Amino acid sequence: MATLTLPFALAPPSSGLDPDALFSARGLTKLYRMGEVEVRALEQTDLQLRPGELVVILGPSGSGKSTLLNILGGLDVPTTGDVTFHDHRLSGADEAELTRFRREHVGFVFQFFNLLPSLTALENVRLVTEIAANPMDPAEALRLVGLGERLHHFPAQLSGGEQQRVAIARAIAKRPDVLLCDEPTGSLDYETGKRILEVLDEVNRATHTLTVLVTHNAAISALADRVLRMRSGRIVSETRNAVRASPADIEW
Amino acid sequence: MRILDLKVLRDTKHLRGQIIAVASLVACGVASFIMLRSMHGYLRGSQESYYVEYGFGDVFAHAVRAPDALTARLGEVSGVDRVQTRIVRDVLLDVPGLIEPATGRLVSIPDDGPTGLNRLHLRGGRLPEAGRRDQVVVSAAFAAANGLRVGDGFGAVLNGRRERLTVVGTAISPEFIYEISGLGSVFPDNRRFGAMWMSEGAMAAAFEMEGAFNDVVATLESTASERPVLVAFDRLLEPYGGVGAYGRDAHLSHQFVTGEIDETQITASFFPAVFLVVTAFLLQTTMLRLVRMEREQIGLMKAFGIRGRTIGLHYVKLALVPVAAGALLGTALGVWFASAMAAVYARFYQFPEVGFDLDPGVVWAALAIALATGVAGAVAAARRVVRLPPAVAMAPPTPPRFRHMAIEGTRLGRALSPGHQMIVRNLTRSPFKSVTTTAGIAMSLGVLAALLGMFDAIDVIADLQFNHVSREDVAVYFDATRSADALAEVAHLPGVLAVEPVRMAPARLSREQREERTALVGLDPTGDLRRIVDGDFVVHAPPVGGILLGRALATNLDVAAGDTVRVEVTEGRRPVRNLVVAGVVDELMGGEAYLEAGALYELLGESRTVSGVLLTVDPALHDELYASLKGLPGVSSVLVKAVTVQGFEDTIEQSFTISLIATLILGAGLVMAIVYNQARVALSERGRELASLRVLGFSRKEVAGMLLGEQFLLVVLAIPFGLVLGWLLTLLLVMRFESDLFRMPIVVLPETYLLAAAIVLVSAALSALLVRRRLDRIDLIAVLKTRE
Repeated sequence: MATLTLPFALAPPSSGLDPDALFSARGLTKLYRMGEVEVRALEQTDLQLRPGELVVILGPSGSGKSTLLNILGGLDVPTTGDVTFHDHRLSGADEAELTRFRREHVGFVFQFFNLLPSLTALENVRLVTEIAANPMDPAEALRLVGLGERLHHFPAQLSGGEQQRVAIARAIAKRPDVLLCDEPTGSLDYETGKRILEVLDEVNRATHTLTVLVTHNAAISALADRVLRMRSGRIVSETRNAVRASPADIEW
Repeated sequence: MRILDLKVLRDTKHLRGQIIAVASLVACGVASFIMLRSMHGYLRGSQESYYVEYGFGDVFAHAVRAPDALTARLGEVSGVDRVQTRIVRDVLLDVPGLIEPATGRLVSIPDDGPTGLNRLHLRGGRLPEAGRRDQVVVSAAFAAANGLRVGDGFGAVLNGRRERLTVVGTAISPEFIYEISGLGSVFPDNRRFGAMWMSEGAMAAAFEMEGAFNDVVATLESTASERPVLVAFDRLLEPYGGVGAYGRDAHLSHQFVTGEIDETQITASFFPAVFLVVTAFLLQTTMLRLVRMEREQIGLMKAFGIRGRTIGLHYVKLALVPVAAGALLGTALGVWFASAMAAVYARFYQFPEVGFDLDPGVVWAALAIALATGVAGAVAAARRVVRLPPAVAMAPPTPPRFRHMAIEGTRLGRALSPGHQMIVRNLTRSPFKSVTTTAGIAMSLGVLAALLGMFDAIDVIADLQFNHVSREDVAVYFDATRSADALAEVAHLPGVLAVEPVRMAPARLSREQREERTALVGLDPTGDLRRIVDGDFVVHAPPVGGILLGRALATNLDVAAGDTVRVEVTEGRRPVRNLVVAGVVDELMGGEAYLEAGALYELLGESRTVSGVLLTVDPALHDELYASLKGLPGVSSVLVKAVTVQGFEDTIEQSFTISLIATLILGAGLVMAIVYNQARVALSERGRELASLRVLGFSRKEVAGMLLGEQFLLVVLAIPFGLVLGWLLTLLLVMRFESDLFRMPIVVLPETYLLAAAIVLVSAALSALLVRRRLDRIDLIAVLKTRE
């Protein structure tokens, strides 16, 4: 696992949080102004995430799950409340600090892959490994997701599932502390979606990287160590799976 | 389709940055077209009507003294319509408030009424009374420059006698639209040279020319050809000291006015074309991008049953928004510039009508060209809209295809980081756009470098003429050839440190069918004040045997060194001799023939006669020198070099500052518009990609580098091409400006080219900053939630 020291000084975390937690959030609220309307995307949310866990955040659209993920990933900041990563405060960090946080600690996987169309699979991964402190070999990362044979293909020459696997390879190649996946199967067919879940499950087991998976697909929650259900900006329940199901065994 | 028109309005607001860029270019194109076309029309129209209404001659001739009886015979020459003979003399003036002597070109006007040719247009006062040698009408510019009003007086030396002349009127004449003496500066110096008109009877009495004339103006019948008339005039005038008849093309004022008319015609096509071609290209890129972005909306509209043509027309209308805005602004600016330019022209060119009337035809033409530009820029996008099937339109576009490139296998290719790979692949994916962008920037740089280079060329001309060719402080010219005594006389004037004689003789040079009028200039080989210097600053000695020709003269005669030319002197004993061309010299100014002074005396059969004297003088004694020169008989003209240089510099500064500013706006504006627009289109096309990079942890600076690096690379690529283009354009301009009297040097100063490149880089950087501000405001989360 990569070093957890941030190269910039952040305020010390508030006391009373789980000392083992990688992420601790308390009282997170997020308000958006959409023109005339004020939207409360998150409402007084508390959360603890530990290293190595696979956490599924489940909820219908508009429940606030993506907002929570974006705040954890340093793409957004809460309106009120505190969120800390290890022992550094993310709430209140400025744009440059958040950029460095994303660069050094976070791997993202999105519904629409977000690959650079002008770069090959290998180059899309290299793009990130070149700015990482302790990266994997890019080709190795692609082999890990089963794309060892398609290193020099452009995104337009790959299927949706293959593109998403490139995105996963790109996310894990920097050896992030957390892998954040927002609806990773959302734009894939059933079989391909299952294959992607397998990859994410394997990566989590192999690298012990905290993996947070946001989805509206309840079946996926069987894969998790922990499942957080959200509705209307709040976490309404938390369940622990005694045994994580294999992606091959789940159906929807 | 009123709702679609509403969409035009909304889109206008959304696209305002690019609309401003395109509108600015259209405004520049339309403004320059209206201004230059108007000036062209104004000058040509003024010249034509002035010539017709005031009887400007077609043929001109000068002699020493011809009897009035010859007038009728000149009129009988076949092809001649009307003839007017007159007396013309250059006289030295003592104008109140002016330390140096001025020169007046005194022209006689018939005493029996102003029915002649080259008629005056009175600006104020009246014509002089018949027989009154104390009354003159002076040129309006000379009067204005010297603060002379009707009733004021000034001193003049008429045929050796100091007299006082009273201004009874001010006027302009079609033969002095551009009022220069032919000696000294190429710019009018209205304080020190002016035309003036006196009663013919009075002039005849003053110069002992009763019953005689020394100058001829004639008009031709519309079907007549000029050449036989010139030959006939020369034959008739030869016994009376005729120095050679010539047509309008050799008339000094006409040459300058026509030169300017030709130049405005060229620039009126060139400048607007540059702007409008770039406009059409930028519009095309913008509109194609817009159509790609709005393909879903287009599909939806088609699904609703709106016809493709209607939707296509909608995009054409949108493209016409910046065109219309730019055309309106450009028209206003153009009309304003045109009236400002008319005022500048009024300083140089004197026409009866000062007012400038806008020709509505020019405005309509400008608007039509702007409209055509807009349609040309939008047609590709509109055609794509019409062809797009609705089902395809509503599906997401196929992802852009990229290819591996040849250089990837090379060491350089492997050394490229993914960020650099992106830049190179994006540029090579749409080669047309990359090439046209580069070409547009290179063209802007080329125009900028070439125009800035023209200012350097003017500096070189001034340095060459004032420091290397004419090295005297004062030049004194006589109204007729004088003996060597005149040299001694001038040498003894107060403050004179050194003198050198100048001997010039009018001559006709011919070889086979070709013939040229010129002056033979005899130079002392040991002389230092007047030298023959070519465009490369190489000094040529006057040949002892043979004759040295200026380049234009040699070209027109089709001769080279070693050939023989027939030299026919058209004054004095009119000797005729064949001389060998000793060499050809590439001078910047002047179309004369040189030989060693002794050789010229030998040819003329004279000993040490002078046409003028060149002086170096003690600056402390200027005033005394000028005072004594003002009273010196037989002097027709005194040219003080410091005054000429000052006048040259003032004129350059006044009239060229405007051109310099226009040049900078032109170059910098074009580059800014191109870079801004192309970067905005790139930002719109790849906003999602760039946001993804930000999410992955790339800083704003790094992401900006990837987007703007592309534009930067194109600008850098364009620079060498632009500099070469600048050089080619310089060659073109030099060829364009070349005339028999004048040639622009090819001046390529590294610092000027560096300055032009720096202006391009700074303009590009400014545009990049504007786009960078937009890039910083990208909403990262929104981008992740949408599919392209």
